[in-house]
Amino acid sequence: MSFINYSSREINCKIVYYGPGLCGKTTNLQFVFKRTNPGQKGKLISLATETERTLFFDFLPLALGDIKGFKIRFHLYTVPGQVFYAASRKLILKGVDGVVFVADSQIERMEANIESLDDLKINLAEQGYDLDKLPYTVQYNKRDLTNVAPVDNMNALLNPRNVPFFEAVAVTGPGVFETLKNVAKQVLTELKKHY
Amino acid sequence: MSSSDLVMYEEEFRKIDEELQKLYQLTNAMVVFLVDKNGQLIASAGETRDIDTTSLASLTAGNIAATGGIARLLGEKEFTILFHEGEKDNIHISLIGQRVILVVIFDKRSSLGLVRLRVKKASESLVSIFNDITSKAEHEKIGGKLDESPFAEISDEDIDNLFR
Repeated sequence: MSFINYSSREINCKIVYYGPGLCGKTTNLQFVFKRTNPGQKGKLISLATETERTLFFDFLPLALGDIKGFKIRFHLYTVPGQVFYAASRKLILKGVDGVVFVADSQIERMEANIESLDDLKINLAEQGYDLDKLPYTVQYNKRDLTNVAPVDNMNALLNPRNVPFFEAVAVTGPGVFETLKNVAKQVLTELKKHY
Repeated sequence: MSSSDLVMYEEEFRKIDEELQKLYQLTNAMVVFLVDKNGQLIASAGETRDIDTTSLASLTAGNIAATGGIARLLGEKEFTILFHEGEKDNIHISLIGQRVILVVIFDKRSSLGLVRLRVKKASESLVSIFNDITSKAEHEKIGGKLDESPFAEISDEDIDNLFR
């Protein structure tokens, strides 16, 4: 649910990073935070456990710039990936404008990826959304590891609709901004259709 | 795009701002602000300079969402009021018209009773303003696109430029 404010001339949109536990959702946000100008970002808020596992969500507000005199702001959220945080995960999806699915490229995590994607579809449906109709980008993370599945295989399993996908290494950065840029562009293009 | 997009025009924004200013004065609060249920800050009044209102808005919405989740587990529809008491500052959070969250931060210069009373009155006015916003949005929907759409001539290049 975007918020278009004619008074302050701002457009606010919400993007959620979804994916199985330890796939790198928080790492994506940390990299974006690290590489964004101080004037363009707010604080990175992480509600995490003592062992740095996301407990509720991470939140990063970004002010990207202006379009036609309107400030464009994106609020980036992650969900807790661990299976037993299902109830919290649902809450974060409320009012989402665009979704990034971060998949763990390691072969042994393929089942976790599939399970998380199914969970995403179910949780979106509960909020009245259809993943096929939302701005949606897939990221294949951890491409620097040796035990990774080929992208073609991952696409066959996780991306049958062939939405835009990016290979990434979130810890060092490749693919992180490409993913964000793609989903942000889809969100703005979608808004353009309606307003 | 979700049908629940919030489009706010100057006129309604001014009315909301007036309500918040009034509540701020009447409660003797430090800060009053209004947040969308999804975590977007709508408006604020008071000493906001030293407060990270964006983060506060997002966390408040998370708080309300988590409490709503607990309510449903217990068979309640919603817990509409949350109150956190600190050593110096207190925070009163209330859900208004199922859609927006009104937050009042106050210290010993005010009291919980006063805040509750004034919030209740302000809530009634705010509900009516938000009903106007909703009906205006529905009207716009029937009438087609917005008069002064920021998206009317937006190009791929404009979007690309955001990321330079």
